[in-house]
Amino acid sequence: MTLTTPIGRSAASASARQPVLEIRNLSVDYGYDDRAVHALSDVSLTLHAGEVLGLAGESGCGKSTLAYAATRLLPPPGVITGGEVLFTSSRDGHGGDLLTMSDAELRAQRWRDTAIVFQGSMNSLNPVYKIGKQLMDGITAHSPRGFREQARLRALELLEMVGIPNDRLGSYPHQLSGGMRQRVMVAMALALEPEVVIMDEPTTALDVVMQRQILEQIMRLKNELGFSVIFITHDVSLLLELADRIAIMYAGKIVEDAGADEVYRMPRHPYTAGLLHSFPPLHGPRRELGGIPGSPPDLMKLPSGCNFHPRCPHTLEACSVLEPKLGPTEGAEPTRSVACLLHDPAVNPGPVPVELGVRPPSKETA
Amino acid sequence: MSLVHNRKVLAGMILLGFFVVIAIIGPWIAPYDPSMVGPDSLQAPSPAHWVGTTNTGQDILSQLIVGTRGVMVVGLIAGILATTISVIVGVTSGFLGGLGDEVLSLLTNVFLVVPALPLLIIIVGVMPSAGGLTIAVVIALTGWAWGARVLRAQTLSLRKRDFVEAARANGEPMWRIIFFEIMPNLTAIIASGFIGTVVFAILSEVTLAFIGVTSISTWNWGTMLFWAQSSQSLVQGAWWWFVPAGLCIAAVGTSLTLINFGIDEFVNPRLRNTAANAGLLRRKKIRARIGFTPVYRGFTSTRKGEDA
Repeated sequence: MTLTTPIGRSAASASARQPVLEIRNLSVDYGYDDRAVHALSDVSLTLHAGEVLGLAGESGCGKSTLAYAATRLLPPPGVITGGEVLFTSSRDGHGGDLLTMSDAELRAQRWRDTAIVFQGSMNSLNPVYKIGKQLMDGITAHSPRGFREQARLRALELLEMVGIPNDRLGSYPHQLSGGMRQRVMVAMALALEPEVVIMDEPTTALDVVMQRQILEQIMRLKNELGFSVIFITHDVSLLLELADRIAIMYAGKIVEDAGADEVYRMPRHPYTAGLLHSFPPLHGPRRELGGIPGSPPDLMKLPSGCNFHPRCPHTLEACSVLEPKLGPTEGAEPTRSVACLLHDPAVNPGPVPVELGVRPPSKETA
Repeated sequence: MSLVHNRKVLAGMILLGFFVVIAIIGPWIAPYDPSMVGPDSLQAPSPAHWVGTTNTGQDILSQLIVGTRGVMVVGLIAGILATTISVIVGVTSGFLGGLGDEVLSLLTNVFLVVPALPLLIIIVGVMPSAGGLTIAVVIALTGWAWGARVLRAQTLSLRKRDFVEAARANGEPMWRIIFFEIMPNLTAIIASGFIGTVVFAILSEVTLAFIGVTSISTWNWGTMLFWAQSSQSLVQGAWWWFVPAGLCIAAVGTSLTLINFGIDEFVNPRLRNTAANAGLLRRKKIRARIGFTPVYRGFTSTRKGEDA
């Protein structure tokens, strides 16, 4: 789906560049022995205060794994095999490395600092409790004793925030529609005013109208309450409208990390370019649709060198030998990085292919 | 497949296997005839009588060994019978719903509230010559209701799941839905129900023999306890008379419980991988838990890129 107007993109995103969640060299395995699948290798990503960071990529590229590993929610047989995940509050500076926290610290940190809205999370509501009770439970658990009445008021306020009438507080989950339940889950995630909200395809189970309403609401709330969002989806066009910055993942690695507009208008990685050519643009000039030939690699048998080189239209000889690292683009643009040997002057001294290179943006869109 | 990777299960299986072997070969390896009255009365354990003798000079070790068969046979037969009844009644009532469910649930509830042991005593009392098989049947008849109750509840939940709806939409016949879609999901409950019933059956049989309701001339651990009690072995300080039989009962119960621990990990494919790697996880000190992903930094296996 594509939103017809960019909704609630915060103008302040560029000025406030304070990191709240820094993922450094995170590696994740599925399995415990030598046959383990390396689902993530050396992923680094920074989420700044008030920013909407989109994570995009094909199925199985590690988007959800990244989000769940960063919050230590990955179920067995997932194991984090290295890295750091630093949370730093932009309000009072508390925080620490999530990977070294004890269970008690993690539990206290969850929901208060980082909240999650799951894929199909409308099924995360317990069917035997009224939604009001479920909202208040979380608030009271993280608040001092004798907070009951304030919790009720807060729950009412939250429902109002996500556009559900007050009298629904006494409803059971089955009495609400899918969209309303999803809104309740959004409200619940925001109940403790977390600084980071991770949304894992929060609207995939809903129709496009509902999707749009909920996303607009989330973006409005984000501007009002000032939290940061990691938004996971395979819907790149949705991200282009929604996100301030987009990280493109491929085979357990981030291949490109740049502002949403930059990604859309001037992709620097051949995979990003391929993704963008896989769906029709709603604005701007028509362009030829093409897919990406081949299919995502088997994580058990990754190709040598660059993971993308067997499918890449711009392969160099070095691509099958050298592994690209996330680094500056040709021309060293300050706000973006790419993992492609085409942008490495040591490997590719010549100019970058024109569709991946630095071009005057005026040529691109009218 | 990986059941034996679990140390608890392995210990339980070895222990149970030991008793099963004794039950099979017991009469041939017993050093004495368990009923033979000998000259050495009420002797403490000695090289001639490893666990001592009774007040009539019978060899207690022989009684233990010969008595194992009675206990194991009754336990297993009662367990199999009770589990079969509970699966049939429980799954049918859960799957059918409506009047059939009402009738079967009523039946289950009646058997649930019937106090098992007094009923057993009455039934066995009117059949004084009842053999092991009869006792097993009676125990099964009084012991199936709990399992049926649990299975009905789980079946009720399973039959509303999407995969069952999908099977119905694909035109699968009812028997196939029950046996191939629902039953495999019940394996863990059926298996642990079976083990629970076996323990219940063994305890019931031993209890019946101990209070002297069943025939006191066929040997099992309960009969031994009956004679020990009626000869006031405790007062006489003859601990070797009742302690070994009690320990054997406890050991069989323990072995079945240990096996029960591993059944869920074995039957549930989601838990199987973690269970199969239990040794590895222990060695690497990784605690695989839901909600708190372990962090392990000691992998030495080369990653792609490091070996390039």
